[in-house]
Amino acid sequence: MSALVIKGASVLGDGGSDVYVENGHLVAEAPTGARVVDADGLVALPGLVDLHTHLREPGREDAETVLSGSQAAALGGFTAVLAMANTSPVTDTAEAAERVLDLGRTAGLVDVQPVGAVTKGLAGQELAELGLMARSRAKVRVFSDDGRCVHDPRVMRRALEYVRAFGGVVSQHSQDPDLAGPTACCHEGELSGRLGLPGWPGVAEEVIVARDVMLARHTNSRVHVAHVSTAGSVEVIRWAKSRGIDVTAEVTPHHLLLTTDLLSGYDPVFKVNPPLRPAEDVAALRDALADGTIDAVATDHAPHARHDKEHAFVDAAFGMLGLETALSVVSDVMVTSGAMTWADVARVMSQNPARIAGLDGHGGTLAVGQPANITLVDPAAVVVVDRADSASLSRNNPWHERKLTGAVVATVLRGTPTVLNGALA
Amino acid sequence: MNKHLLSVDDLAVGDVEALFDTAAEMHDVQHRSVKKLPALRGRTVVNLFFEDSTRTRSSFEIAGKWLSADVINVSAKGSSVSKGESLRDTVLTVAAMGVDGLVIRHGASGAAQQVSQWTDAVVINAGDGMHEHPTQALLDAYTIQRRLGTLEDKHVVIVGDLTHSRVFRSNVLLLAKLGARVTVVAPPTLMPAGVTAWSKDAGFETTYDLDEVLPHADAVMMLRVQRERMSGGFFPSAREYTVGYGLTRDRLGVLKPGAPICHPGPMNRGLEIAADAADAAQSAVLDQVSAGVAIRMSVLYHLLAGEGSAS
Repeated sequence: MSALVIKGASVLGDGGSDVYVENGHLVAEAPTGARVVDADGLVALPGLVDLHTHLREPGREDAETVLSGSQAAALGGFTAVLAMANTSPVTDTAEAAERVLDLGRTAGLVDVQPVGAVTKGLAGQELAELGLMARSRAKVRVFSDDGRCVHDPRVMRRALEYVRAFGGVVSQHSQDPDLAGPTACCHEGELSGRLGLPGWPGVAEEVIVARDVMLARHTNSRVHVAHVSTAGSVEVIRWAKSRGIDVTAEVTPHHLLLTTDLLSGYDPVFKVNPPLRPAEDVAALRDALADGTIDAVATDHAPHARHDKEHAFVDAAFGMLGLETALSVVSDVMVTSGAMTWADVARVMSQNPARIAGLDGHGGTLAVGQPANITLVDPAAVVVVDRADSASLSRNNPWHERKLTGAVVATVLRGTPTVLNGALA
Repeated sequence: MNKHLLSVDDLAVGDVEALFDTAAEMHDVQHRSVKKLPALRGRTVVNLFFEDSTRTRSSFEIAGKWLSADVINVSAKGSSVSKGESLRDTVLTVAAMGVDGLVIRHGASGAAQQVSQWTDAVVINAGDGMHEHPTQALLDAYTIQRRLGTLEDKHVVIVGDLTHSRVFRSNVLLLAKLGARVTVVAPPTLMPAGVTAWSKDAGFETTYDLDEVLPHADAVMMLRVQRERMSGGFFPSAREYTVGYGLTRDRLGVLKPGAPICHPGPMNRGLEIAADAADAAQSAVLDQVSAGVAIRMSVLYHLLAGEGSAS
C-alpha cells in the first residue's frame, strides 16, 4: 500500500495544508518514500458516497457492469456506492447481495454496498428476507424497491417495523401509482398538457412522503426519501424533521438543475423517474439542500443501452447517467453560486450518505487516524461534458455539451489512488 | 414551408393559405371522372402506421395515388417495444428501402418528431398519440372556412375529451393562427393539465358550460369520447356526459342555423352527438372527409413535388 503526501490541498475548503497517508490511513507525520500528489489549489474532501446507483449487473451487462460502474464512480470522486436492488435477478436474498458485494470487491475501485429489496421480486407484496440480507457478509442495511414505490401501506408499515431489529432503513421511491396512469412519463403540468404526454402530478410523490413520515413516527423507525423532486415533498420533510421524526432525504444532481421544459423536443435522454420538474421545484430543492432539510445528494445513476432509449418517448426507458458528473453539478449549482461551502459538500455527498447507509470507514473528516478515503476537487476547472468521454457502458447522458465549473481530479480509496489527474490510476 | 409537417407550429399563415389554395384545386380534381395527376410520378410514399386507422390511412393512400405516387401501407401495429425492435430501427429499415415520404401514425406523442431526426425522408405526422394531427386540423379549418367564407373573428367551439385529443391540440393552434376565436369545452377531468396557463398564453378560452357558449358559436366541433374513459373515472356515465356535453337535439335547436357541425370521426352517435345533429343539413361531417383527401393531396404535393430528383 502506497504512502502519499498530498501537498497544499485545502482540506474541506478550509485553507491549505498537507495530507499524509500511510497504510491506508491518514497520519500526522509525512511518511518517508511517499508518492507526492501536488494539490495546490485543490480542495480535499472525504471520499464521496452515493446512496443511489444502478449498476445493472447481474442482468443487463450490456448497459453497465459492476466494473464499468465502479470506474465511473471512481472518476466521479466516489469511494463507496450503494447498488440498487432492481437487477435481474433482484437483490432480494443474502446470496444475491453477497454476489454484488463480491463483484464490487473484484473490481476494487469503490466499495460497492448492495441495497436489498424490501419485497420479494420488487412485487410489493411479501417482505424479502431482510434479516438474512442484514446478517450476510454484505451486511445490508438499506432496503429499497427503487423503481417502484412500496405502495401497500401494510407492507410499508411492516418493513419499517422489521428493520428496527438491525438498524436498517427503508429508502422509498415515493410515487403513488394510482395517481397517474400506467404510461405516465413526465411531470404533469402545462407542458405535459401541451405535449400530450401522460404525467405524474407532484402530489403523487407528496402523498407517499406524507404517509411514510407518519408511518415512521408510528413505528418509531427510520425512513429515507429517495430522489425528492417537488417543493411539496420538501415542505412535508421539513415539517417531519421539526417534529423529531427520523426521516432523511436525498436529491439528485439532475433535479437540482434540469427542468421539465427540456422535454419539449421529446428527447428520451431527459426521461427519468421521478420526472424533471418546473423551475419552482428546482429552487425549493436547492434551498432545502442548503438548509439541511435534504440530507444528501445521490446520483440515481441509471445507465441504459442505446436501443432502450430509442423508442417513442412514452416507451423509452427511464433514467440518466450521473456518477461522473455529480460533483461538477453540485459544485456549479451550489458552491459557485455561494449557496454552499465545500464543508457543506462534504456533508451532503460524503458524511450524511455514509451515516444514513451505516457505512464504516466512509464519510469522515480527513482527521488523523481515519481511513484514507479522499476526493480531490479542482473548484476552478471548467468542464464541458462529452458523453463519448465516459467509463460507463451507456451514453444516456443529459449533461452532454453542458459547461460546469468544478471537477474531480483524484480519488483515493483506503490510501490507494483510483483516479489521478482526472483519469483512472 | 418546412421540410416536414410534424406540428401545426411548422406552418406559417402563408403556408396554410398556399395549402388551402392547392387543396381547392385538388378538390376540383376529385369531381373529375379521371382523377389522376402526374405530380408525384416516381415518388414513393409509405404510410407507416403503428396504430389502427381506417379513414386517415385510406385518405392518405387515395391522395398519394391520385398524385401518381407509389403508395405502400406498412402496418407496424403492436409496439416496437414488445417486438424488441426500437422505433429508430423500424424507421431506418423502412426508410432504407428508398422512401421519399413517410406518413407516420403512432400511439405515442412526439413519435413523428423523433422519426424526423432519424431519416432524410419527408415526414408527415398523421397523428402522434395525444399530441397532434396537423392534417386533420388543416381539413377542419379548410372545411369551416369554405362554409363561412372566412375564419377571421369567427367563434369556433370545440367540445369533448380534450385531455386525450390530438385533434383538439392541432386545431386550437391552427384556428388561433387563422384569426378565429376558440372556446374549448369539457368537464374539468377532461381538460388537459395546466390548461389555464396554456390557454392564456395561446389565446383560447375554456369553459365547463356548453350551454353558455353554444348559442354564440359560428362553428362547433364535437370530439369523440372513448367509452373506456369511464373506467378511468373521468366521468360517471355516458348518460351524464351526454346531458352535460353532448350535441343533443335540444342543443341543435339553439345553434345558429348556418353554423357547421364538425366531427373528426368515428362518431359515437347518441353519446357526444345525436343522430339529428350528425345528419342535420348544417352537418359538415362528410365534407370533412372529402376535404381530407384534397388537403392531403395538397400537403403531399407541397412537401414532395419539389423535393429531390423526380420533378
